[in-house]
Amino acid sequence: MIDVTLESVSKRFARTGDTAAVDDVDISIAAGEFFTLLGPSGCGKTTTLRMVAGFYFPTSGRIRFGTEDVTRRPPNKRDTGMVFQNYALFPHMSVAQNVAYGLKIRRVGRAESRRRVEEALGQVHLAGYGERRIDQLSGGQQQRVALARALVIRPRTLLLDEPLSNLDAKLREETRTEIRRIQKESGNTAIYVTHDQAEAMAMSDRIAVMESGRVQQIGAPQEIYHRPANAFVARFIGRSNVLSLPVTAVTDETVTVGLPDGAETAVAAPVGHGLRAGEAALVSVRPEHIGLTSTTEPGALPGRITELEFTGMATNLVVDVAGEPVQVAAIDVPAGIAVGDQIGLRLNRERMWVVHP
Amino acid sequence: MGGAPVTAAPSAATVPPITEDPAPAGRGRRPRLGGRFAGGASSRWFPYALVFPLALILFGYVVQPMFATFAESVGVDGVANYTEFLRGEGVARSSLLTSLGISAASVLLCGIVGVAMAFLLKRFQFPGRRLIEAIILVPAALPPLIGAISFQLLYSETGILPRGLQQLFGTESPVLPFTGIAGVLVVHTFTMYPFFYLAASAALAGMDPSVEEAAYNLGAGRVRVWRTVLLPMLTPALVSASLLVFMTSLASYTAPLLFGVDRTMTMQIYINRTNGDLPMASTYASVLAVVSILFLLAMRWYEGRRSYRSQSKGIAAHRREITNPFGKWAALAASILATVVLLAPVGTIALVAFSADGSWTTEVIPSAYTGQNFVTIFSDPRAFQPILNSLQMSLIATVGCVVVGVLIAYAVRRLDFRGRALLDVAVMLAWALPGTVVAINLISAFSTGNVFSFGQVLIGTFWIMPLAYFVRFLPLVFRSSSATLAQIDPSLEEAARNLGASWWRAFGTVTLRLMVPGVAAGALLAFVNGVGEFVASVLIYTSQTAPISVEINNRMYSFEVGTAAAYGMLQVVLIFVVMVISGRLQSGRSASREAAKWTA
Repeated sequence: MIDVTLESVSKRFARTGDTAAVDDVDISIAAGEFFTLLGPSGCGKTTTLRMVAGFYFPTSGRIRFGTEDVTRRPPNKRDTGMVFQNYALFPHMSVAQNVAYGLKIRRVGRAESRRRVEEALGQVHLAGYGERRIDQLSGGQQQRVALARALVIRPRTLLLDEPLSNLDAKLREETRTEIRRIQKESGNTAIYVTHDQAEAMAMSDRIAVMESGRVQQIGAPQEIYHRPANAFVARFIGRSNVLSLPVTAVTDETVTVGLPDGAETAVAAPVGHGLRAGEAALVSVRPEHIGLTSTTEPGALPGRITELEFTGMATNLVVDVAGEPVQVAAIDVPAGIAVGDQIGLRLNRERMWVVHP
Repeated sequence: MGGAPVTAAPSAATVPPITEDPAPAGRGRRPRLGGRFAGGASSRWFPYALVFPLALILFGYVVQPMFATFAESVGVDGVANYTEFLRGEGVARSSLLTSLGISAASVLLCGIVGVAMAFLLKRFQFPGRRLIEAIILVPAALPPLIGAISFQLLYSETGILPRGLQQLFGTESPVLPFTGIAGVLVVHTFTMYPFFYLAASAALAGMDPSVEEAAYNLGAGRVRVWRTVLLPMLTPALVSASLLVFMTSLASYTAPLLFGVDRTMTMQIYINRTNGDLPMASTYASVLAVVSILFLLAMRWYEGRRSYRSQSKGIAAHRREITNPFGKWAALAASILATVVLLAPVGTIALVAFSADGSWTTEVIPSAYTGQNFVTIFSDPRAFQPILNSLQMSLIATVGCVVVGVLIAYAVRRLDFRGRALLDVAVMLAWALPGTVVAINLISAFSTGNVFSFGQVLIGTFWIMPLAYFVRFLPLVFRSSSATLAQIDPSLEEAARNLGASWWRAFGTVTLRLMVPGVAAGALLAFVNGVGEFVASVLIYTSQTAPISVEINNRMYSFEVGTAAAYGMLQVVLIFVVMVISGRLQSGRSASREAAKWTA
């Protein structure tokens, strides 16, 4: 069942003139789904979320909750629970008063309200903190109060605007597992905004990658990682080499390209790739899908090491192949290699993928 | 000015709320319309609905009266009044030049005193520093009239200091008396140097000491560091302080009044008004208004430019300990002297308040003391009436300032609408206009009934007084509300909305609730300023509505100096009570300081 639908939603601000902050976005999110809007800052992800919350109205397009059109419904009539980036806890209220605020507006009885506040605080492991003042809490605790405040009203949709960005790295990982657990337990649909792709990968059922106000790709984390729709997605999600290679032959699902050493290889391509022989194709290959070998091995691409960086788990190299810098992340590195050495690269052809520009 | 929002509102109302028809089948037209209105702040018309009455108030009581004054000034003689300013010999021209000259000299003097004080207090450690820091704003906190009177009692020809020195040295005449323009400059220096002091010490506090250290580290000597690092970094603060002092001096009325400098713009307004030449008074008021507006615009333009605040926080500037023994003694002596000088005005008022009327003639200090002055004020209903008047009129004005000021601050800070900058400028216009000009504007506008006075003539009635206070002190409440609002994260209100609160409920339970300390600080400031108001009151009061300051002035004229000072003492006590309350209003503190910076 579809819970939230955005139909050709665009948003232009008077300040920014003609450029759209959000440009013709189509998204439908299933009930109970954990859906992430991912992209660099200024890509329009927060604007999109705020349109779902009702803080902005779209310049054009529709937003539906189920079958109801909520495009111009004010935020207080939308029944969403939002967790703000800076938590937006009311500083003049105690923890319990913060959590109870939405219940009070919904005229929930006092006993029932107290029970639900306790329950929500228990859910975020803050039982017994009700009487604390907000400024007596750590950043992580404040974050969880904000989550409890959004959950306690049992919203139809949970909206999270970079809720982890103010936490330190370790707490961030703990909390994201926690948010995911609570969301699964409560069965809420969640829309999550982040610029952190690892966070998006770890938490989401599906991800919409956004850039310049447009959705670049929507898909499950694995799909986005292994089958990026275009060069931007390939480079933004993880790291990727996007090589421009000549096309020698095509089928519906593959494109055969020539490698710098003259060899040819068939690479999987999205249906409707539209490439023809003689054109250049953009081929994405991730650094961890390139192995190191000797230059003499048949099928190896020869290159020269220009950068070498040992990070512990892997060694990151930049190898110059016919003038093109290729990133490699190798776990097994031949002993004694150094910058300037000639080396052979073995591309994992299964993992290569044609992307749109 | 301020007219644009007025005309913008109807056009906003004609914008169709929705172009598409988003209603699902089965939903009638009426519920949607209801939903539209419940939408409140979300709809496009909302900002205009809120702003329209505010813009109307500003237009009606600030902008329109200004135009009325201009109309008055050209009504009878055309531009003839203005050509007075071009004539070499005329009073008009020399008044304008004197006013400008006094203002320029005030800037210079206040700059020297204020910056020196800031450097001494923020960069050096010496005995008495904390005490001086605590009382440094005391002279400036006095109400304008009683402040000027205290300086007159201290430093004029008949003042305590020149007479004391005369007796000490046995000379013929008082030693070092300040008269005329010199007297005006003393008052200005003592009451306006805080603009420089506050600006310079804020700049010094905001300055990262490592920037200075970096200059030393790169080999610069102390003088060079001063010249190339410290002064340039202070420049923005000094420029805005200069503009403020210049404007305030230009508007100054009590100092020239008490020291008898008739040829200033404000005095000419007063003199022409009391002589019944309203067109000429209006001409002076218009010229002064134009100059003040130019300064306001210059300040806004300058404020928009970058200031050199360092990003690193929490590093306190280190104070240099004075180590050499001579310096130590000199510093101690200077501290004691500074303390005496800073407290002398209040001390004088307190002393004279207990002197018997008519007992002080040629002595250094009054010879006979009594508590009768206070008894008279509180027991004689006619003597108590001015106090009732002041409290009542200030209270009414303050309530108006809070309602309008808070809403304008909210509109300017939080809402997106056409003409927002104009609304902001219109409020600040009320602040930039000198009190005498505000009074003349109201006289011009409301000596006949018009739409904004509901057809009533306001001049000669009670209501013109609170209206004048409202216009003068609205900017104080606006400023402090706006400063508080800037510290409240907009997402708090959004969070409340998201949790289901209507705009009114979110505004009331969250934003307004959090604004309370700042608004209260601003309101107290407005109230205190109202109780001390003299400049506008003296032009528009009637015998029934005379406020405290006017009563003080009248008593001074009838040589009842003791009673006058007793009234003054009551004002001073009220101010200190309010300052203590303001200090208690935790977060209101910074807001009130922000507003205090703008107190004219």
